[in-house]
Amino acid sequence: MNLTALLRHRLFWPIAVLVVLLASNLVFSNNFFTITLQDGHLYGSLIDILRRSAPLVLVALGMTLVISTGGIDLSVGSVMAISGALACLLIGDLSNPDSVGPVLLVVGAAIALCLVFGLWNGFLVAVLGIQPIIATLILMVAGRGVAQLITDGQILNVHSAPYRVVGAGYFLAVPVSFLIAAAAVALTVAVTRRTALGLLLESVGGSPTASRLAGIRARRITIMVYVFAAAFAGVAGLIYSSDVSSADSNAAGNLIELNAILAVVIGGTALTGGRFSIAGSVLGAVIITTLDITAVSVGVPVETTLLFKAVVVIILCLAQSATFRAKVFGRFSAKRTVPA
Amino acid sequence: MVLQMTGIRKVFPGVVALDGVDFRLLPGEIHALMGENGAGKSTLIKVLTGVYDIDGGEIELAGERVRFTGPLQAQQAGISTVYQEVNLCPNLSVAENIFIGREPRRFGRIQWSEMRRRADKSLARLDLDIDVSAQLDSYSLAIQQMVAIARATDIGNTRVLILDEPTSSLDASEVEQLFAVMRRLKENGTAILFVSHFLDQVYEIADRMTVLRNGGLIGEYRTAELPQMQLVSKMIGKELEALEQIEEEVREAPRRDRTIIEAKGLGRTGSIAPFDLTIHAGEVVGLAGLLGSGRTELARLLFGADRPDSGDLAVDGQPVKFHSPRDAMTRGIAFSSENRRTEGIIGELTVRENIILALQAARGWTRPIPRRRQDELVDRYVQALQIRPADPERLVRDLSGGNQQKVLLARWLITEPRLLIIDEPTRGIDVGAKAEIQRLVAQLADGGMAVLFVSAELEEVLRLSHKIEVLRDRRLVEELENGDDVDADRIMHTIASGATP
Repeated sequence: MNLTALLRHRLFWPIAVLVVLLASNLVFSNNFFTITLQDGHLYGSLIDILRRSAPLVLVALGMTLVISTGGIDLSVGSVMAISGALACLLIGDLSNPDSVGPVLLVVGAAIALCLVFGLWNGFLVAVLGIQPIIATLILMVAGRGVAQLITDGQILNVHSAPYRVVGAGYFLAVPVSFLIAAAAVALTVAVTRRTALGLLLESVGGSPTASRLAGIRARRITIMVYVFAAAFAGVAGLIYSSDVSSADSNAAGNLIELNAILAVVIGGTALTGGRFSIAGSVLGAVIITTLDITAVSVGVPVETTLLFKAVVVIILCLAQSATFRAKVFGRFSAKRTVPA
Repeated sequence: MVLQMTGIRKVFPGVVALDGVDFRLLPGEIHALMGENGAGKSTLIKVLTGVYDIDGGEIELAGERVRFTGPLQAQQAGISTVYQEVNLCPNLSVAENIFIGREPRRFGRIQWSEMRRRADKSLARLDLDIDVSAQLDSYSLAIQQMVAIARATDIGNTRVLILDEPTSSLDASEVEQLFAVMRRLKENGTAILFVSHFLDQVYEIADRMTVLRNGGLIGEYRTAELPQMQLVSKMIGKELEALEQIEEEVREAPRRDRTIIEAKGLGRTGSIAPFDLTIHAGEVVGLAGLLGSGRTELARLLFGADRPDSGDLAVDGQPVKFHSPRDAMTRGIAFSSENRRTEGIIGELTVRENIILALQAARGWTRPIPRRRQDELVDRYVQALQIRPADPERLVRDLSGGNQQKVLLARWLITEPRLLIIDEPTRGIDVGAKAEIQRLVAQLADGGMAVLFVSAELEEVLRLSHKIEVLRDRRLVEELENGDDVDADRIMHTIASGATP
């Protein structure tokens, strides 16, 4: 393949960074890439990355669609907390928390509640015309309060075998949370690229006025993406709370909105809206999770983990910036083309 | 010689935008740069102002060889530009806009009163007396344009002033005002590079002209020595018979047996007074009037882009209420806005995506147009309207103004509307494309489509319309059957006096 075309591909730098991160892991732990089968479950660091990426991938998917319309959703972390809190509360009330049917109902109820919150966000943004960052800030702050009301300010512990499967279970040796995330990616791709939704989203993000005059019902579409984002955040919240078998209203989804925004940006979707890349966002989410795991495995001291993460992100963003590349690499190419 | 460009070459991926173009400017002259859309005018200007680097050739400014790496450098060297679309910050004050980036300072603090005083002075030179502390977007587009010119000429050592389509949003008296300013600058020795699609204006103001076609240089002429017809055929490279043919073709009045849309007392406070208007199938109705007379506002009411607060609207004899453009679309109405860039094209999408957008919106997101069908439709219209470059996967923002306009027309034509409302479709585009669009409108009407044609150019309205609605001060003042007795003077009279003579 043509080298320049490869370098210009918008997913080149994210992939390069991911490869470097994985390779640097190998230096510090020789069996990093080893995947083994134990008790019918796949084990290994790579599997671990996939499993732990799941909530962020889900949240980043919703965030991608919201950002493509020129919006932003800060409330996803709170929605995660609410969904986990409601699920744990309801399961605690079940007479038999180990039977599958009732647990499924509970899961459905938690996601339904999240849909309502998504509608609320969409209503504020699309109908009342409040700036997305403010509109979703309301729920970001209030949502943690709602979650604490649900759990009465306590950390709710649950013991339910079916519920545990969502975040910590395995199906055919593969982590269930990974399967859920993969299904969500497939669903998002199908809904946006198999229909005309993707085009209409990009159009609304590109120019809301022109889109309205072209007959696009921007309001409806905008509400839809916030509902979508909240639903995915809800599922992410279930995975998280199931994995730790409890509902912690403060820890669940803490700062995940920022990680998700970062994942979207790393994936090449501009915050100003318009063109979006689902593959890019998924890649971005995996990179961020890998980064967290790498920080631990290469032995970065806990107090400097965030700094380490920041440095890698800065390098990646610089590599993706056309202006920066032109400044640095432009010099080399200029030297080559101008005859002495 | 203040500026000499020799053998300028500029290549974009897949296109040679400029191929060995020479261009020179004398001090104290007004020089028109002429050519069709895509001829290379904009590219040449961007090369001159440092937006683009050149791939070949030389630029000499006042005898010194220069090579700009950015617009700021060009500006510092004395080349100032006013672009086609006003390039200012609408949310800042007039004074701030004029002095942005070079505010008068003392001890690091901006001297606001000094800035306002100097802004007043520089606008006074343009015979403009406005409150410079008011926000820019509280003024009309025409005033904003003047502010942009004030900004460009206020920069101390301006040797070359580039005016790219400065008159496209000005009315006649404002154009005169601008020309007065241009003449004054010329007397002071400033060389002015003037780009305009209005030939009459070019002949009124320019001393010399340089003609480009397809990125190549055709020649440099004295305005007085090149008749208009010759200029046009040099620009488009063929004779202009086609343009004149339209005149006979359309005039034949339609039968008016099928009413498409009927407005009774339709109006919106503050934008257009209540009006009556009936449009029939196969009829071209022209809207004439000055800038700000309510032309666009009337059109927007018919399309549901704005909501009326009085009156009734009926489509096919049935009363309708449009809550959004979408409602109007389901009734077979299409509207192409005058603001191509902000209300028309979606720059970061491709030509194909822009063309199918309205049709796709009408079908809803759950029923995507199959890719094969998309390609079919897009190919057909790219060919029929001669959209250049003929690459459906190119981003629409990279196309020239005229081609963007054609993309918009294609977007609406594939929805097969029964009433096509087109607002200023020929503004800022060249003679050749203009003729093509006019011919298209005539053909569509012959095929039974109703067309509401909005244009600031009376000649164009007269040439195309069966019926002309004259607007003045946001009021529909007269309806004229277009016949031999109706001419530009007659309409001008109504516009000027506001009453039927």
